[in-house]
Amino acid sequence: MLDRSLKLFAQHRFPLVSLMRLSASRLSVERGGRIVFSELSFIVEAGQSLIVTGRNGAGKSTLLRALAGLLPLAHGELALTPAAEDSIAEKMHFIGHADALKGALTVAENLSFYAALLESGHGGVAPLPALEAFGLGPIAHLPAAYLSAGQRRRAALARLLVARRPIWLLDEPLTALDAASQGFVAQIMREHAADGGIIIAATHTALDLPASELRMGAAA
Amino acid sequence: MRDKAQPLEPPPRALAALFRRELRIGQRIGGGASLGVVFFLILVTLTPFAVGPDLNLLGRIAPAMLWISALLATLLGLDRLFQADHEDGSLDLILMSEASLELIVLTKCLAHWLLTGLPLVLASPFFGLMLAMPADRTWSIVLSLLVGTPALTLVGAIGAALTVSLRRGGLLLPVLILPLCVPVLIFGVAAAGGGAEAAAFAPPFLILCALSLLALVGAPIAAAAALRQMSQ
Repeated sequence: MLDRSLKLFAQHRFPLVSLMRLSASRLSVERGGRIVFSELSFIVEAGQSLIVTGRNGAGKSTLLRALAGLLPLAHGELALTPAAEDSIAEKMHFIGHADALKGALTVAENLSFYAALLESGHGGVAPLPALEAFGLGPIAHLPAAYLSAGQRRRAALARLLVARRPIWLLDEPLTALDAASQGFVAQIMREHAADGGIIIAATHTALDLPASELRMGAAA
Repeated sequence: MRDKAQPLEPPPRALAALFRRELRIGQRIGGGASLGVVFFLILVTLTPFAVGPDLNLLGRIAPAMLWISALLATLLGLDRLFQADHEDGSLDLILMSEASLELIVLTKCLAHWLLTGLPLVLASPFFGLMLAMPADRTWSIVLSLLVGTPALTLVGAIGAALTVSLRRGGLLLPVLILPLCVPVLIFGVAAAGGGAEAAAFAPPFLILCALSLLALVGAPIAAAAALRQMSQ
């Protein structure tokens, strides 16, 4: 099952723009007057992965949301080389805590919508093959409201395949996933890195992925 | 989108997909499309009970009652315009799309109006009959609602964007928005013939058109700016 889906995914692979670099210098984010983290700097080159670790409340999710442009930076700068034509967020996939699925729509309709919405000129896998790759083919026609937590997570992660974007921001990507799905997600992450993509993931689960680690300490 | 030499393909596709998604969601969840008309019907039905069976009086206040009912029915469900997307996380992804947020707001408003505003316009002649509205005024109430309800939806979108992250935004929205709807209401009712007797149709109707066009241009910009601030 997994072998077949990997082959299916491999047919749609192609190299992304290489020689990309995401550099963050001295980032600080404030939430409600409280400094969540400050003076955070890192550089991630094309093909590299960064695992963000730290205890609960250390600001991992806040960092990912700030990188995605969904939270304002109090200080610091985030730059992409070569410079993005419009906004850096358009180069990024964001998989947050919320699965962003509409319960009234079928799984396939949800994913087709995101394929069109997030499309940014790099192509991608068609929605149905992407769902099959994640083992959701048989339930693609079901309303998303009927899905289990793990299935919802997989449907959210399928967004990574339907629209190719070079930077993946993953917030606890393996939550609620079974072992086979975890293996598959690790596999597409390795392949994304091999294609010259950048992955920044916040996680408590060990990822089978060569990556550097960013430890977020106690908030100031 | 800035005017760079970028392919124009993705944003229109994204907007078309958003439009189809909004229509699908509205049709599937029982509330979206039909509830507004039912609410409209109930408000109109209540009027004769409150005012009494004086047909002359009812006929005279019919345009005003239809307009107030339409205004309240339009506001119904408008608070969920962005809030639903904010809660399930899809607003984050919409903000990260290549399509401009102003056009996204406009697309959502168009879908919302087709689902809630247009049915009100189509139902208004029949509900007018229940208020003993003179038959010769039917076309003027339909035309004024057709032109005026989009303005109500668009202005309402600003309030929906401002209250996007508030749990109890449902009550705050009308408080914010109803005062802004007063000009539309005044000229809408005037065009529908509810003002002074023998008032001309064209002047208030044209001002109503102008108000709608103003809302069409201004509201998406204001709502997008509010969304960027409030969705954090």
